[in-house]
Amino acid sequence: MSDSSDIILDKGGIALALDEMAARIAASRAPEPLALVGLLSRGDIVARRLASRLEASGREALCGAIDISLYRDDMFNLENRPALRSSDLPFSTDGMRLVLVDDVLFTGRTVRAALNAVFDYGRPARVELACLIDRGGRELPVRADYVGLTLNDPARPVKLSLEETDGVDRVISAPLQP
Amino acid sequence: MNSRKDLLTIRALSDEDIRTILDSASAMKELLTKSVKKVPVLKGKSVLTLFYEPSTRTHSSFEVAAKRLSADVTSFTVSQSSVVKGESVHDTIDTLQAMKMDYIIVRHKNSGIPAVIARHTRASVVNAGDGAHAHPSQAFLDAFTIREKYGSIAGRRVVIVGDILHSRVARSTSLILKRLGAEVAYLGPGSLVPLERHTGIPRFTHFDDAFSWRPDVIYLLRVQNERMDSPFFPNAREYHRVYGVTEERLKRISDLDLAIMHPGPVNRGVELCDLAMEYRNCLVNKQVENGVAARMSILYHLTPHTRQV
Repeated sequence: MSDSSDIILDKGGIALALDEMAARIAASRAPEPLALVGLLSRGDIVARRLASRLEASGREALCGAIDISLYRDDMFNLENRPALRSSDLPFSTDGMRLVLVDDVLFTGRTVRAALNAVFDYGRPARVELACLIDRGGRELPVRADYVGLTLNDPARPVKLSLEETDGVDRVISAPLQP
Repeated sequence: MNSRKDLLTIRALSDEDIRTILDSASAMKELLTKSVKKVPVLKGKSVLTLFYEPSTRTHSSFEVAAKRLSADVTSFTVSQSSVVKGESVHDTIDTLQAMKMDYIIVRHKNSGIPAVIARHTRASVVNAGDGAHAHPSQAFLDAFTIREKYGSIAGRRVVIVGDILHSRVARSTSLILKRLGAEVAYLGPGSLVPLERHTGIPRFTHFDDAFSWRPDVIYLLRVQNERMDSPFFPNAREYHRVYGVTEERLKRISDLDLAIMHPGPVNRGVELCDLAMEYRNCLVNKQVENGVAARMSILYHLTPHTRQV
Protein backbone atom coordinates (compact mmCIF):
# COMPACT_ATOMS: atom_id res chain seq x y z
CA MET A 1 0.00 0.00 0.00
CA SER A 2 1.41 3.38 -0.91
CA ASP A 3 1.78 6.17 1.62
CA SER A 4 -0.88 8.36 0.16
CA SER A 5 -3.61 5.73 0.80
CA ASP A 6 -5.74 6.83 3.74
CA ILE A 7 -7.81 4.68 6.01
CA ILE A 8 -11.01 6.68 6.17
CA LEU A 9 -13.02 4.17 8.21
CA ASP A 10 -11.71 1.46 10.49
CA LYS A 11 -13.60 -1.39 12.15
CA GLY A 12 -15.14 0.87 14.76
CA GLY A 13 -16.06 3.48 12.19
CA ILE A 14 -17.83 0.93 9.98
CA ALA A 15 -19.73 -0.46 12.98
CA LEU A 16 -20.86 3.01 13.97
CA ALA A 17 -21.97 3.85 10.45
CA LEU A 18 -23.97 0.61 10.26
CA ASP A 19 -25.56 1.28 13.66
CA GLU A 20 -26.75 4.62 12.47
CA MET A 21 -28.05 3.31 9.14
CA ALA A 22 -29.95 0.51 10.90
CA ALA A 23 -31.46 2.99 13.35
CA ARG A 24 -32.68 5.21 10.52
CA ILE A 25 -34.13 2.24 8.59
CA ALA A 26 -35.96 1.15 11.77
CA ALA A 27 -37.18 4.69 12.49
CA SER A 28 -39.01 4.95 9.18
CA ARG A 29 -42.75 4.88 9.68
CA ALA A 30 -43.31 2.69 6.63
CA PRO A 31 -45.68 -0.06 7.80
CA GLU A 32 -44.96 -2.77 5.24
CA PRO A 33 -43.02 -5.90 6.12
CA LEU A 34 -39.34 -5.08 5.70
CA ALA A 35 -36.76 -6.96 3.63
CA LEU A 36 -33.13 -6.11 2.99
CA VAL A 37 -31.80 -7.16 -0.41
CA GLY A 38 -28.03 -7.10 -0.77
CA LEU A 39 -26.42 -6.68 -4.17
CA LEU A 40 -23.77 -9.39 -4.73
CA SER A 41 -21.07 -9.36 -3.89
CA ARG A 42 -20.40 -7.35 -0.69
CA GLY A 43 -23.82 -5.70 -0.60
CA ASP A 44 -25.13 -8.99 0.78
CA ILE A 45 -22.65 -8.80 3.65
CA VAL A 46 -23.66 -5.23 4.49
CA ALA A 47 -27.32 -6.30 4.30
CA ARG A 48 -26.79 -9.18 6.73
CA ARG A 49 -25.04 -6.88 9.19
CA LEU A 50 -27.86 -4.37 8.98
CA ALA A 51 -30.44 -7.14 9.42
CA SER A 52 -28.79 -8.43 12.58
CA ARG A 53 -28.73 -4.89 14.01
CA LEU A 54 -32.42 -4.45 13.18
CA GLU A 55 -33.21 -7.76 14.83
CA ALA A 56 -31.23 -6.82 17.92
CA SER A 57 -33.43 -3.74 18.21
CA GLY A 58 -36.56 -5.86 17.90
CA ARG A 59 -37.35 -5.00 14.28
CA GLU A 60 -37.91 -8.02 12.09
CA ALA A 61 -36.27 -7.89 8.67
CA LEU A 62 -36.04 -10.57 5.99
CA CYS A 63 -32.73 -10.74 4.21
CA GLY A 64 -31.90 -11.77 0.63
CA ALA A 65 -29.26 -11.26 -2.06
CA ILE A 66 -29.36 -10.80 -5.81
CA ASP A 67 -26.74 -10.96 -8.55
CA ILE A 68 -27.47 -8.14 -10.99
CA SER A 69 -24.94 -9.15 -13.68
CA LEU A 70 -27.67 -10.20 -16.12
CA TYR A 71 -29.24 -6.74 -15.84
CA ARG A 72 -26.12 -4.65 -16.35
CA ASP A 73 -26.06 -2.33 -19.34
CA ASP A 74 -22.44 -3.08 -20.20
CA MET A 75 -22.34 -6.88 -19.97
CA PHE A 76 -22.13 -7.51 -23.69
CA ASN A 77 -19.02 -5.36 -23.89
CA LEU A 78 -17.19 -7.01 -21.02
CA GLU A 79 -14.24 -9.15 -22.02
CA ASN A 80 -14.21 -11.16 -18.84
CA ARG A 81 -17.47 -12.42 -17.40
CA PRO A 82 -17.17 -13.93 -13.95
CA ALA A 83 -19.38 -16.86 -12.97
CA LEU A 84 -22.85 -15.76 -11.95
CA ARG A 85 -23.68 -16.10 -8.32
CA SER A 86 -26.96 -17.58 -7.27
CA SER A 87 -29.47 -15.02 -6.18
CA ASP A 88 -31.18 -15.88 -2.93
CA LEU A 89 -34.53 -14.22 -2.44
CA PRO A 90 -36.41 -16.83 -0.42
CA PHE A 91 -39.59 -14.79 0.01
CA SER A 92 -42.19 -13.09 -2.11
CA THR A 93 -41.43 -9.42 -2.66
CA ASP A 94 -45.07 -8.55 -3.35
CA GLY A 95 -46.21 -5.76 -1.06
CA MET A 96 -42.88 -5.61 0.77
CA ARG A 97 -40.83 -2.59 1.76
CA LEU A 98 -37.51 -3.51 0.13
CA VAL A 99 -34.26 -1.84 1.03
CA LEU A 100 -31.61 -2.47 -1.61
CA VAL A 101 -28.22 -2.60 0.06
CA ASP A 102 -24.89 -2.00 -1.64
CA ASP A 103 -21.41 -1.38 -0.34
CA VAL A 104 -20.32 1.59 -2.44
CA LEU A 105 -22.63 3.85 -4.45
CA PHE A 106 -20.90 5.42 -7.46
CA THR A 107 -22.42 5.90 -10.93
CA GLY A 108 -25.85 4.54 -9.99
CA ARG A 109 -25.82 2.00 -12.82
CA THR A 110 -25.76 -0.96 -10.46
CA VAL A 111 -28.82 0.42 -8.69
CA ARG A 112 -30.61 0.88 -12.01
CA ALA A 113 -29.87 -2.78 -12.83
CA ALA A 114 -30.97 -3.86 -9.35
CA LEU A 115 -34.32 -2.08 -9.69
CA ASN A 116 -35.01 -3.96 -12.92
CA ALA A 117 -33.91 -7.20 -11.29
CA VAL A 118 -36.14 -6.95 -8.21
CA PHE A 119 -39.20 -6.09 -10.25
CA ASP A 120 -38.76 -9.41 -12.08
CA TYR A 121 -39.33 -11.13 -8.75
CA GLY A 122 -42.57 -9.37 -7.91
CA ARG A 123 -44.15 -6.04 -7.04
CA PRO A 124 -42.75 -4.53 -3.87
CA ALA A 125 -44.84 -1.77 -2.24
CA ARG A 126 -41.81 0.46 -1.89
CA VAL A 127 -38.09 0.31 -2.68
CA GLU A 128 -35.39 2.22 -0.81
CA LEU A 129 -31.61 2.29 -1.11
CA ALA A 130 -28.95 1.93 1.57
CA CYS A 131 -25.21 2.27 0.87
CA LEU A 132 -22.33 2.11 3.29
CA ILE A 133 -20.34 4.61 1.25
CA ASP A 134 -21.51 7.20 -1.26
CA ARG A 135 -18.49 8.26 -3.29
CA GLY A 136 -20.39 10.62 -5.61
CA GLY A 137 -19.90 10.47 -9.37
CA ARG A 138 -23.51 9.73 -10.29
CA GLU A 139 -24.36 9.21 -13.97
CA LEU A 140 -28.04 8.50 -13.33
CA PRO A 141 -30.75 10.17 -11.24
CA VAL A 142 -30.24 7.88 -8.25
CA ARG A 143 -29.82 8.81 -4.59
CA ALA A 144 -29.54 6.72 -1.45
CA ASP A 145 -32.03 6.90 1.42
CA TYR A 146 -29.51 5.65 3.98
CA VAL A 147 -25.79 6.37 3.72
CA GLY A 148 -23.02 5.45 6.15
CA LEU A 149 -20.40 7.86 4.87
CA THR A 150 -20.46 10.44 2.09
CA LEU A 151 -17.25 11.28 0.23
CA ASN A 152 -16.82 14.32 -1.94
CA ASP A 153 -14.14 13.31 -4.44
CA PRO A 154 -15.62 10.94 -7.04
CA ALA A 155 -12.30 10.73 -8.91
CA ARG A 156 -10.62 9.11 -5.95
CA PRO A 157 -11.15 5.33 -5.85
CA VAL A 158 -12.47 3.80 -2.65
CA LYS A 159 -11.63 0.31 -1.47
CA LEU A 160 -13.86 -1.36 1.07
CA SER A 161 -12.62 -4.47 2.88
CA LEU A 162 -14.96 -6.57 4.99
CA GLU A 163 -14.02 -9.25 7.48
CA GLU A 164 -16.18 -11.89 5.81
CA THR A 165 -14.30 -11.68 2.49
CA ASP A 166 -11.06 -9.81 3.17
CA GLY A 167 -10.29 -10.61 6.80
CA VAL A 168 -10.47 -7.02 7.97
CA ASP A 169 -13.03 -4.20 8.23
CA ARG A 170 -11.61 -1.11 6.59
CA VAL A 171 -12.35 1.60 4.05
CA ILE A 172 -9.36 2.97 2.18
CA SER A 173 -9.32 5.99 -0.04
CA ALA A 174 -6.80 5.06 -2.73
CA PRO A 175 -4.43 7.65 -4.18
CA LEU A 176 -5.45 9.47 -7.33
CA GLN A 177 -4.19 7.87 -10.50
CA PRO A 178 -1.28 9.95 -11.84
CA MET B 1 -14.22 -16.49 -17.67
CA ASN B 2 -11.71 -14.95 -20.04
CA SER B 3 -12.80 -13.79 -23.44
CA ARG B 4 -13.61 -16.75 -25.68
CA LYS B 5 -15.43 -16.38 -28.98
CA ASP B 6 -16.55 -19.93 -29.71
CA LEU B 7 -17.47 -23.18 -28.04
CA LEU B 8 -16.42 -25.96 -30.40
CA THR B 9 -15.08 -28.71 -28.14
CA ILE B 10 -14.65 -29.44 -24.45
CA ARG B 11 -10.96 -30.03 -25.10
CA ALA B 12 -10.40 -26.37 -26.00
CA LEU B 13 -11.64 -25.17 -22.60
CA SER B 14 -9.56 -24.63 -19.48
CA ASP B 15 -10.63 -26.24 -16.21
CA GLU B 16 -11.58 -22.80 -14.99
CA ASP B 17 -13.78 -22.20 -18.06
CA ILE B 18 -15.59 -25.47 -17.40
CA ARG B 19 -16.22 -24.64 -13.75
CA THR B 20 -17.35 -21.11 -14.54
CA ILE B 21 -19.90 -22.30 -17.10
CA LEU B 22 -21.23 -24.93 -14.68
CA ASP B 23 -21.48 -22.44 -11.81
CA SER B 24 -23.35 -19.92 -13.93
CA ALA B 25 -25.67 -22.69 -15.12
CA SER B 26 -26.80 -23.14 -11.49
CA ALA B 27 -27.62 -19.44 -11.25
CA MET B 28 -29.42 -19.62 -14.61
CA LYS B 29 -31.53 -22.50 -13.37
CA GLU B 30 -32.62 -20.43 -10.38
CA LEU B 31 -33.94 -17.72 -12.66
CA LEU B 32 -36.82 -20.07 -13.41
CA THR B 33 -38.12 -19.54 -9.88
CA LYS B 34 -38.80 -15.85 -10.56
CA SER B 35 -42.16 -14.55 -11.71
CA VAL B 36 -40.42 -13.18 -14.84
CA LYS B 37 -38.35 -16.02 -16.27
CA LYS B 38 -36.32 -13.88 -18.58
CA VAL B 39 -33.29 -11.62 -18.20
CA PRO B 40 -32.28 -8.72 -20.46
CA VAL B 41 -28.58 -9.55 -20.83
CA LEU B 42 -28.70 -10.31 -24.60
CA LYS B 43 -31.41 -7.80 -25.48
CA GLY B 44 -31.01 -6.68 -29.09
CA LYS B 45 -28.51 -9.44 -29.90
CA SER B 46 -29.27 -11.97 -32.59
CA VAL B 47 -28.90 -15.72 -32.41
CA LEU B 48 -29.10 -17.92 -35.48
CA THR B 49 -29.70 -21.63 -35.27
CA LEU B 50 -28.19 -23.40 -38.26
CA PHE B 51 -29.10 -27.06 -38.22
CA TYR B 52 -27.96 -29.15 -41.17
CA GLU B 53 -29.10 -32.26 -39.32
CA PRO B 54 -32.52 -32.72 -37.79
CA SER B 55 -32.77 -32.25 -34.03
CA THR B 56 -35.79 -31.36 -31.98
CA ARG B 57 -34.37 -31.26 -28.49
CA THR B 58 -31.06 -29.53 -28.94
CA HIS B 59 -32.59 -27.06 -31.35
CA SER B 60 -35.50 -26.07 -29.11
CA SER B 61 -33.29 -26.10 -26.02
CA PHE B 62 -30.93 -23.54 -27.57
CA GLU B 63 -33.89 -21.54 -28.79
CA VAL B 64 -35.48 -21.39 -25.34
CA ALA B 65 -32.10 -20.56 -23.76
CA ALA B 66 -31.49 -17.67 -26.17
CA LYS B 67 -35.00 -16.30 -25.66
CA ARG B 68 -34.68 -16.42 -21.86
CA LEU B 69 -31.63 -14.18 -22.29
CA SER B 70 -33.80 -11.82 -24.42
CA ALA B 71 -31.95 -12.46 -27.69
CA ASP B 72 -33.77 -12.51 -31.04
CA VAL B 73 -33.68 -16.00 -32.50
CA THR B 74 -33.80 -16.90 -36.17
CA SER B 75 -33.87 -20.45 -37.44
CA PHE B 76 -32.05 -21.21 -40.64
CA THR B 77 -33.27 -24.65 -41.58
CA VAL B 78 -31.14 -26.17 -44.25
CA SER B 79 -32.87 -28.88 -46.18
CA GLN B 80 -30.81 -31.98 -46.21
CA SER B 81 -31.08 -32.58 -49.92
CA SER B 82 -30.02 -29.14 -51.07
CA VAL B 83 -26.77 -29.28 -49.18
CA VAL B 84 -23.77 -30.79 -50.81
CA LYS B 85 -21.08 -30.28 -48.21
CA GLY B 86 -17.98 -28.11 -48.67
CA GLU B 87 -18.79 -25.43 -51.18
CA SER B 88 -22.28 -24.73 -49.92
CA VAL B 89 -21.05 -24.19 -46.37
CA HIS B 90 -18.82 -21.38 -47.61
CA ASP B 91 -21.75 -19.83 -49.41
CA THR B 92 -23.75 -20.05 -46.24
CA ILE B 93 -20.97 -18.36 -44.25
CA ASP B 94 -21.09 -15.39 -46.64
CA THR B 95 -24.83 -15.18 -46.14
CA LEU B 96 -24.45 -15.31 -42.37
CA GLN B 97 -21.82 -12.58 -42.36
CA ALA B 98 -24.20 -10.38 -44.30
CA MET B 99 -26.95 -10.99 -41.74
CA LYS B 100 -24.75 -9.64 -38.91
CA MET B 101 -25.57 -12.36 -36.42
CA ASP B 102 -23.97 -12.26 -32.97
CA TYR B 103 -24.25 -15.97 -32.15
CA ILE B 104 -24.54 -18.97 -34.48
CA ILE B 105 -25.55 -22.39 -33.21
CA VAL B 106 -24.43 -25.06 -35.69
CA ARG B 107 -25.18 -28.71 -36.11
CA HIS B 108 -23.72 -30.61 -39.07
CA LYS B 109 -23.25 -34.24 -39.94
CA ASN B 110 -19.60 -33.65 -40.82
CA SER B 111 -16.98 -33.14 -38.13
CA GLY B 112 -15.25 -29.78 -38.20
CA ILE B 113 -17.88 -27.72 -40.01
CA PRO B 114 -18.64 -25.54 -36.94
CA ALA B 115 -14.92 -24.81 -36.65
CA VAL B 116 -14.80 -23.74 -40.31
CA ILE B 117 -17.74 -21.40 -39.79
CA ALA B 118 -16.18 -20.06 -36.57
CA ARG B 119 -12.97 -19.14 -38.40
CA HIS B 120 -14.83 -17.14 -41.02
CA THR B 121 -17.30 -15.18 -38.97
CA ARG B 122 -17.13 -12.59 -36.22
CA ALA B 123 -20.10 -14.19 -34.51
CA SER B 124 -19.69 -16.58 -31.62
CA VAL B 125 -20.18 -20.13 -32.88
CA VAL B 126 -21.52 -22.90 -30.67
CA ASN B 127 -21.07 -26.44 -31.87
CA ALA B 128 -24.43 -28.17 -31.36
CA GLY B 129 -23.03 -31.48 -32.60
CA ASP B 130 -20.75 -32.20 -35.55
CA GLY B 131 -20.50 -35.72 -36.92
CA ALA B 132 -18.91 -38.14 -34.47
CA HIS B 133 -16.67 -35.35 -33.22
CA ALA B 134 -18.12 -33.25 -30.39
CA HIS B 135 -21.30 -32.11 -28.66
CA PRO B 136 -20.06 -29.78 -25.92
CA SER B 137 -23.40 -28.36 -24.76
CA GLN B 138 -24.61 -31.93 -24.12
CA ALA B 139 -21.45 -32.53 -22.09
CA PHE B 140 -22.20 -29.48 -19.95
CA LEU B 141 -25.79 -30.46 -19.26
CA ASP B 142 -24.70 -34.00 -18.40
CA ALA B 143 -21.99 -32.79 -16.01
CA PHE B 144 -24.44 -30.30 -14.50
CA THR B 145 -27.06 -33.01 -13.98
CA ILE B 146 -24.57 -35.31 -12.25
CA ARG B 147 -23.28 -32.49 -10.06
CA GLU B 148 -26.83 -31.55 -9.12
CA LYS B 149 -27.67 -35.16 -8.23
CA TYR B 150 -24.53 -35.95 -6.22
CA GLY B 151 -23.26 -32.55 -5.12
CA SER B 152 -19.95 -33.07 -6.89
CA ILE B 153 -18.54 -34.96 -9.83
CA ALA B 154 -15.09 -35.95 -8.60
CA GLY B 155 -14.90 -39.65 -7.71
CA ARG B 156 -18.22 -40.57 -9.36
CA ARG B 157 -18.21 -43.52 -11.75
CA VAL B 158 -20.13 -43.33 -15.00
CA VAL B 159 -20.47 -46.17 -17.47
CA ILE B 160 -21.44 -45.10 -20.98
CA VAL B 161 -23.31 -47.76 -22.93
CA GLY B 162 -23.68 -48.19 -26.69
CA ASP B 163 -21.98 -47.33 -29.96
CA ILE B 164 -19.12 -45.34 -28.46
CA LEU B 165 -17.11 -45.17 -31.65
CA HIS B 166 -19.68 -43.14 -33.59
CA SER B 167 -20.94 -41.05 -30.69
CA ARG B 168 -20.06 -37.38 -30.24
CA VAL B 169 -22.01 -37.50 -26.98
CA ALA B 170 -19.77 -40.25 -25.59
CA ARG B 171 -16.70 -38.32 -26.66
CA SER B 172 -17.62 -34.92 -25.21
CA THR B 173 -19.36 -36.19 -22.09
CA SER B 174 -16.60 -38.58 -21.08
CA LEU B 175 -14.07 -35.81 -21.65
CA ILE B 176 -15.81 -33.29 -19.40
CA LEU B 177 -16.50 -35.88 -16.70
CA LYS B 178 -12.87 -36.97 -16.61
CA ARG B 179 -11.71 -33.36 -16.50
CA LEU B 180 -13.94 -32.89 -13.45
CA GLY B 181 -12.47 -35.92 -11.71
CA ALA B 182 -15.07 -38.60 -12.49
CA GLU B 183 -14.16 -42.09 -13.68
CA VAL B 184 -15.64 -43.22 -16.96
CA ALA B 185 -15.98 -46.70 -18.49
CA TYR B 186 -17.44 -47.85 -21.81
CA LEU B 187 -19.80 -50.77 -22.42
CA GLY B 188 -20.82 -51.90 -25.88
CA PRO B 189 -20.26 -54.29 -28.75
CA GLY B 190 -16.53 -54.93 -29.08
CA SER B 191 -16.40 -53.53 -32.60
CA LEU B 192 -18.01 -50.24 -31.50
CA VAL B 193 -15.95 -49.43 -28.41
CA PRO B 194 -12.43 -48.03 -28.76
CA LEU B 195 -9.59 -49.96 -27.13
CA GLU B 196 -8.55 -48.97 -23.64
CA ARG B 197 -4.97 -48.45 -24.75
CA HIS B 198 -6.17 -45.72 -27.13
CA THR B 199 -8.42 -43.88 -24.71
CA GLY B 200 -7.29 -44.84 -21.21
CA ILE B 201 -10.95 -45.66 -20.55
CA PRO B 202 -11.78 -49.19 -19.37
CA ARG B 203 -14.14 -51.07 -21.66
CA PHE B 204 -16.61 -53.83 -21.04
CA THR B 205 -18.59 -55.99 -23.39
CA HIS B 206 -20.93 -57.50 -20.80
CA PHE B 207 -23.35 -55.60 -18.60
CA ASP B 208 -22.46 -57.77 -15.60
CA ASP B 209 -18.83 -56.71 -15.84
CA ALA B 210 -19.94 -53.08 -15.91
CA PHE B 211 -22.02 -53.66 -12.75
CA SER B 212 -18.99 -55.21 -11.06
CA TRP B 213 -17.07 -51.99 -11.75
CA ARG B 214 -19.47 -50.34 -9.23
CA PRO B 215 -20.72 -47.38 -11.25
CA ASP B 216 -22.92 -44.58 -9.90
CA VAL B 217 -24.51 -43.72 -13.24
CA ILE B 218 -25.53 -45.83 -16.24
CA TYR B 219 -25.48 -43.52 -19.27
CA LEU B 220 -27.19 -45.05 -22.31
CA LEU B 221 -26.46 -43.66 -25.76
CA ARG B 222 -29.24 -43.44 -28.28
CA VAL B 223 -29.21 -46.17 -30.90
CA GLN B 224 -29.14 -44.52 -34.30
CA ASN B 225 -31.71 -46.24 -36.45
CA GLU B 226 -29.61 -45.86 -39.56
CA ARG B 227 -26.95 -48.04 -37.96
CA MET B 228 -29.40 -50.73 -37.04
CA ASP B 229 -28.88 -52.61 -40.29
CA SER B 230 -25.14 -52.34 -40.33
CA PRO B 231 -23.33 -55.66 -40.05
CA PHE B 232 -21.71 -54.66 -36.73
CA PHE B 233 -24.99 -53.96 -35.06
CA PRO B 234 -27.50 -56.36 -33.56
CA ASN B 235 -31.22 -55.79 -34.22
CA ALA B 236 -33.33 -53.79 -31.75
CA ARG B 237 -34.56 -56.74 -29.72
CA GLU B 238 -31.10 -58.25 -29.50
CA TYR B 239 -29.62 -54.87 -28.56
CA HIS B 240 -32.14 -54.43 -25.74
CA ARG B 241 -31.38 -57.91 -24.41
CA VAL B 242 -27.60 -57.38 -24.36
CA TYR B 243 -27.05 -53.62 -23.85
CA GLY B 244 -30.43 -52.22 -22.83
CA VAL B 245 -31.91 -51.58 -19.40
CA THR B 246 -34.33 -54.50 -19.30
CA GLU B 247 -36.80 -54.88 -16.46
CA GLU B 248 -34.47 -57.41 -14.90
CA ARG B 249 -31.49 -55.02 -15.06
CA LEU B 250 -33.67 -52.17 -13.82
CA LYS B 251 -34.29 -54.12 -10.64
CA ARG B 252 -30.58 -54.49 -10.13
CA ILE B 253 -30.02 -50.79 -10.89
CA SER B 254 -32.71 -49.92 -8.36
CA ASP B 255 -31.24 -52.22 -5.70
CA LEU B 256 -27.85 -50.60 -6.18
CA ASP B 257 -29.51 -47.15 -6.25
CA LEU B 258 -27.78 -46.19 -9.53
CA ALA B 259 -28.87 -43.28 -11.72
CA ILE B 260 -29.89 -43.65 -15.37
CA MET B 261 -29.09 -41.02 -17.99
CA HIS B 262 -29.74 -40.78 -21.73
CA PRO B 263 -29.24 -37.86 -24.15
CA GLY B 264 -32.67 -38.43 -25.71
CA PRO B 265 -34.84 -39.04 -27.49
CA VAL B 266 -35.16 -42.49 -25.93
CA ASN B 267 -36.03 -45.50 -28.10
CA ARG B 268 -38.31 -47.25 -25.64
CA GLY B 269 -37.78 -50.96 -25.65
CA VAL B 270 -34.29 -50.55 -27.11
CA GLU B 271 -32.03 -48.61 -24.72
CA LEU B 272 -34.60 -48.44 -21.92
CA CYS B 273 -37.67 -50.45 -21.00
CA ASP B 274 -40.85 -48.46 -20.26
CA LEU B 275 -40.48 -48.96 -16.52
CA ALA B 276 -37.01 -47.43 -16.55
CA MET B 277 -38.51 -44.10 -17.60
CA GLU B 278 -40.55 -44.09 -14.36
CA TYR B 279 -37.59 -45.12 -12.20
CA ARG B 280 -36.90 -42.73 -9.31
CA ASN B 281 -33.28 -42.14 -10.34
CA CYS B 282 -34.00 -41.78 -14.05
CA LEU B 283 -32.50 -38.37 -14.81
CA VAL B 284 -33.59 -38.11 -18.46
CA ASN B 285 -36.13 -35.34 -17.86
CA LYS B 286 -33.72 -33.52 -15.56
CA GLN B 287 -31.21 -33.56 -18.40
CA VAL B 288 -33.70 -31.84 -20.69
CA GLU B 289 -34.53 -29.25 -18.02
CA ASN B 290 -30.87 -28.61 -17.26
CA GLY B 291 -30.07 -28.34 -20.96
CA VAL B 292 -31.71 -24.91 -21.09
CA ALA B 293 -29.75 -23.60 -18.07
CA ALA B 294 -26.47 -25.01 -19.40
CA ARG B 295 -27.03 -23.42 -22.82
CA MET B 296 -27.99 -20.08 -21.25
CA SER B 297 -24.71 -20.18 -19.39
CA ILE B 298 -22.75 -21.04 -22.55
CA LEU B 299 -24.29 -18.17 -24.51
CA TYR B 300 -23.70 -15.79 -21.62
CA HIS B 301 -20.01 -16.61 -21.34
CA LEU B 302 -19.07 -16.38 -25.01
CA THR B 303 -17.82 -13.09 -26.40
CA PRO B 304 -18.74 -12.42 -30.05
CA HIS B 305 -16.37 -10.24 -32.05
CA THR B 306 -19.33 -8.35 -33.45
CA ARG B 307 -19.12 -5.53 -30.94
CA GLN B 308 -16.61 -3.29 -32.71
CA VAL B 309 -18.43 -3.42 -36.03
